[in-house]
Amino acid sequence: MAELDTSGGGKKGGKVRSKKQSTRVDLTAMVDLAFLLVTFFMLTTTLSKAKAMDLAMPDKDEQKPDDQEPIAASRTVTVLLGKDNKLEWFIGVPTEPLSAPTVDNYGKDGIRKVLIEKSAEIKAKTGKPMFVIIKPSEKSVYKDMINIIDELNITDNRLYAIVDITPVEIQLLKDVGLF
Amino acid sequence: MPRVKVPRKSTAIDMTAMCDVAFLLLTFFILTAKPKVEDPVPVDTPASTTQTIVPETDIATLTIGGKGKVFFGVEGFEIRKQLLLRMGEKYKIGFTPSEVERYAVMPSIGVPMSQVKQYINLDGDGRKEFKSTGIPTDSASNELFNWIYEARTVTKNISGKELRITIKGDSQEEYPTIQRIIAILQKQKVNKFSLITSLKGK
Repeated sequence: MAELDTSGGGKKGGKVRSKKQSTRVDLTAMVDLAFLLVTFFMLTTTLSKAKAMDLAMPDKDEQKPDDQEPIAASRTVTVLLGKDNKLEWFIGVPTEPLSAPTVDNYGKDGIRKVLIEKSAEIKAKTGKPMFVIIKPSEKSVYKDMINIIDELNITDNRLYAIVDITPVEIQLLKDVGLF
Repeated sequence: MPRVKVPRKSTAIDMTAMCDVAFLLLTFFILTAKPKVEDPVPVDTPASTTQTIVPETDIATLTIGGKGKVFFGVEGFEIRKQLLLRMGEKYKIGFTPSEVERYAVMPSIGVPMSQVKQYINLDGDGRKEFKSTGIPTDSASNELFNWIYEARTVTKNISGKELRITIKGDSQEEYPTIQRIIAILQKQKVNKFSLITSLKGK
């Protein structure tokens, strides 16, 4: 192939020898192929690793249901997950919320702003971190739950729990047409 | 005066060493690569910004998709073998050694206990066509609970580590299904588990 014959002219005269064939094989194409495969395997192995989000649920001990620490209503934000990828949030208890229930959506301009604002506000007012209670309704989908946990992770609120929704809160969702 | 001829050097480079290295790397990547496990149902995992990578051993995956169907899979051939035997004992189904071997290479299963034997004995095409209904999650038969419970016991016995449960759910799966599965996990005091998500930017 690309190899040049540099062996020089043969000696003149003498016996006629059979010309020795070179034993060298051109490996360029083989190396090309090998590196192509290496690249392929390298890319596929690193990309196929699954990412996972850890979730710790509050301990549900049937024997000792009272073994729970009360948290002041002023520092709990309840997020109700409704249908059509919408949510509703309020501070305090559902029967007498400290802030009017507000409908919001997931994402940068929705609940994330609220979480950042309220987290700072509650921290300044009570000196303790905000506690978020997530209550997915039956009309919400798995993605909504992931989205809200993700928003909490992004805004660095580590105190949250997923709790079953109560009839009062379902009524709140129904009032704004999210159930 | 005759001109001095400069002897031309060969332009060929010895590729042997490069070829060696390339194939060494290739072998390494082929051996470490894990074949992509196909999901039993199409699952579109929701996106999140988490970067934590799930471990590859001592792990069980609950795949949820296709309107509330649940599939259960656990990693490790030895663990799978023992798990099937124990499940057989519990539900009074005898599995032959060849059936156990066949189960050991199945990444996940999603049929009620009464159909497990039939499902294991199907060949590849038959399994694809088989209408898997998912493992029953109701509390009357308690099947999913037992699968998880036995898998945890077997893993504990074999590797001495706690089995990590991951949930791989479809984005549009309704929350009550997820709630039911979380309740099953909490019933056996598994309060910490992982949710598999795909990657997205903030």
